[in-house]
This record gives sequence, C-alpha cells and structure tokens, in this order.
Amino acid sequence: MDAALFERVSIDLDGRPVLEEISFRVAEGAFLGVIGPNGAGKTTLLRALLGLVPVKSGSIQVLGRAPGTHGDDAHAIGYVPQRQSVSRNFPATVADIVMMGRVCCHGRLRLARAADWKRVRSELDEIGIGHLADRPIGRLSGGEVRRVLLAQALCVGTRLLVLDEPTVGLDLPAELEFYGLLRRLQHERGITVVCVSHDLLALAGQASELICINRRMHVHGNPEEVVHSHALREAYSCEFDFLAGEIAHHDRHHHGGAH
Amino acid sequence: MLEYAFAERALIAAVVVGLLCGLLGFFVILRRLAFIGVGISHSAIGGVAIGLMLGIDPVVSAAVFAVIVALGMFQVARDRRLTEDAIIGVFLSGAMALGLLLMGMRHGYQKDLFAYLFGSLLAVSTTDLAVLCTLAATLAVIVAASFREMLFVAFDEEVARAYGRRVDMLDALLIVVLALTVVAGVRIVGVLLVEALLVVPAATAALWTLDFRRQVALSMSLGAVSAATGLWLSFAFDVGAGAAIVLVAVTAFFASWLLRRTA
Repeated sequence: MDAALFERVSIDLDGRPVLEEISFRVAEGAFLGVIGPNGAGKTTLLRALLGLVPVKSGSIQVLGRAPGTHGDDAHAIGYVPQRQSVSRNFPATVADIVMMGRVCCHGRLRLARAADWKRVRSELDEIGIGHLADRPIGRLSGGEVRRVLLAQALCVGTRLLVLDEPTVGLDLPAELEFYGLLRRLQHERGITVVCVSHDLLALAGQASELICINRRMHVHGNPEEVVHSHALREAYSCEFDFLAGEIAHHDRHHHGGAH
Repeated sequence: MLEYAFAERALIAAVVVGLLCGLLGFFVILRRLAFIGVGISHSAIGGVAIGLMLGIDPVVSAAVFAVIVALGMFQVARDRRLTEDAIIGVFLSGAMALGLLLMGMRHGYQKDLFAYLFGSLLAVSTTDLAVLCTLAATLAVIVAASFREMLFVAFDEEVARAYGRRVDMLDALLIVVLALTVVAGVRIVGVLLVEALLVVPAATAALWTLDFRRQVALSMSLGAVSAATGLWLSFAFDVGAGAAIVLVAVTAFFASWLLRRTA
C-alpha cells in the first residue's frame, strides 16, 4: 500500500491557484523530499495531506483514507511544523510538550497516566534529549526544539512523518545531525517520511525520492535524476545555476558528516 | 451573629471568585486574552441594564449577554480584515453604550448600576453563594477536563488541528467559560475591577515559574489570598472590598516583580 497518494490535486487559496494537477505516490517506508522555491506551494501540499486545507479537485489518500478522516488515529500521521522558536515563557517542560502529542489524541479522558510518562521519557531518550525532559521548552536551542517537536510527532504509533522545513535556522552540523537522527528513526521503525524544504542541497543527500514543485509538478524521481533534470531548472529558474554548482560539494559533505 | 453570617458568606464568595479567576487567568495570560476580558466585563453593563429593564435577575441577563457578546467577538475576530483589538473595541463600546442608554431611560437605576460597577460583596445572599459555588465548580471541571488540549492549542494550533483536535470548539469553550467567570466576578468586585483578578494573580504567578502546574496553583492561591486579605482590610478599615482586594493582588505583583527582576 502507498503511504500517500496524490491524484491530479489542485488547491486554491483565497481564489488563487496554489497547486495545480499534482500527482505522486509515496511508497511505505520511503523518504520523499518535496523541494521547490519559496512560495511554490510546498507547505500547502503538506497541509492538504494533513487535511488542513480542502482540495479543489483531484483526490488524496493518506494511509488508505482521505485526509482529516482518521479520527482518533489522526496521530498515525506525525507532523513537525515549520517552527524556528518557542515563546521564551511558554509554561511547560519538554516532557509536557511531548505528552501533548500523546495524551490529546489518546485515551478517553486525555489523562497522562504513568505508562504515558514512561513512553514520553523513552521517546526523549531515544532521540537523545532525555536529559532535557524537565527543562522549560522556551529555554532550549533551535536544534533542541526541533528534536522535541520530532519526539512529539513520534510519541504514538506514528507511521507517516510529515516535516515542514525542519532544519530552517540550524547551522550545517546541526542540520546534518537532525537528518541523521531522522534517517535512523525511519530505518529502525519503518516509518514513511515526507519532508518539505526549499533547500535542495540538504534534501538531495537524504531523500530516497524527490519531487520538485512550483505550483505545478515539475519532476519526480530519485535525487540523482532530479538534480540533473531540466525540469528543475524550470522550477527554480535562475536559482538553478547557483544550486548546480553547490551540489557536488554538498553531497560529499553530507556523506562525510553523517557518520 | 447575623453580621458574622454575612461576613462569612462574603469571605467564601470572594475566595471562590479569587480561585476561579486565578484558574482562568492562566489562560488569559497564556493566550493574551486580557483585552477580551475587558471587553466582556464592560459589556456586562449592557446585560445588567437589560435585566433591570426586563425585571429578571441582572446576573442572569449579564451572563447571557456576556456569553453572546464574547462569542460575537470571537466570531467577528475570525474575519482577518481587522485585528482582534479593533473588534473588541467595537463590541465593548457598543455593549456599554447600550447599557448606559437603557439605564438612562428610567430613573432609579443609578444605584444598581453602581452596585455592578464596583461590586456588592457585602450583599451576597445564601442563594447567590450557592449559585456562585455551583457555577465555579462546573467551570473548573470544564477547564480541568480540557486543560491539556487547551494547552496544546496555545502551543501549536496547527498541529493540534492536524491531530484532529477541535480547535475552534476549544477556543469557543474557553471564551464562554471566561465570559461566565467574568460575570461571577462582576457580582463580587464589579465591572471595573474583575479584570484585575483575571490578570494580576496569573501575571504574578508567571513571574515565579515556567511550569504550568505551579503557575495555575500559584495563580489560584494568590487570587484566594488576595480576596481574603482584601476583604479583611475592607472590614478593618471600612474601605471598598473590591478595591482592597485588587490592591492586595497588585501589591503582590510588584513585590514579586522586584524580587524576580534578576531571574
């Protein structure tokens, strides 16, 4: 079964076409990178997948159902939104933030039971931030916050993980570390990943497949094909020459730095 | 003996309102609803006037009117052409003008108006107290039952929505609970000062801790202690109870601010 399937999906926002005729499928266990320039509709694509925006035409299937119809299983699709920081004074600890993801979608009374706390702690340990569990969320670094949000997205039996620009604002070592963690978790748990970024260089080294959009679908393939395709030039237009020169260098860097 | 009974009722009422406002105050501070609180409390004047005109209990009419105005503000605020504060400004002045117009149409209402502007803690009947306690308990249970979801919405509305949380319903629920809390407080400390009980203890608590459990506990404690202390001061020095309660709370805030300046 496909984890997600888009068939000729078009979406308007405020009467303006944002996505047109987008079709692709994500096999279970795949890592799909969605790239495109700023304003290409990448976030809208994710929001449609999560059932947060209605489609004008076409159809979407996520884990075998239409988006937004998963009821209490909604969290089988984990979501790490684009977010660079948390209000400094948000009154909750790291463990509380992860618990939100677990308890609010889980159990009738939405109570945090001992078993839930145990699961939250083990999730934090696995993501390598167990020592931060009792720290206020507003007092963490950008990279640490990203890991907390990842733990929040994964703290139930998550099967599909959706990430929106998860490494914006991180420096290169932190970015590589985040993607390394993501791929380890994907491998260990067999989850499917859909990750959006405007940063072709970052995603090309991570994803098993890439799609490039700029309102319309431009190309779908493995990173090698996509990076060297003409369609990419079309989507990114003038940005492309700059990007092409950087890719070889970046690939080396990724493979050297991730292990 | 009679005097003792009415003082006791006043004390219980003040403490219950202090606890309830302290609890809701947590969300008022977290969600930046302070101005909505002002809008609701001032619109209660309109509700009181309607009650007096129609000969029904002004607290009941104020409650109904405040909930309608609060939901109206909430609904109109979703129209993104205007900012929330502009919309609150419109509702607040409209509801107050309606209240003043109605009050002005008949003579003899000014005394009642005064009672609601400044509260009438010392005239709390046994029935008033029973209604207040039932209302407060109900609202507290509602907030406790949806606390973590409301916290989730405050942290990230979009993700909460993605996980199937009914964000709009939770927001509307919070607004309604807030409106009813305001009306409960209006009876005790008055339209002009109820906002203080919603904002000041919770703001003070936020200076001391970043853990929501402690913030809520501290905010509720401060609300209750301010209410009891203020009431005692009002008896001891024969000053207005509402004003005394609020000044105690504000004193605690500034003392905390000085102590926590470096933190």
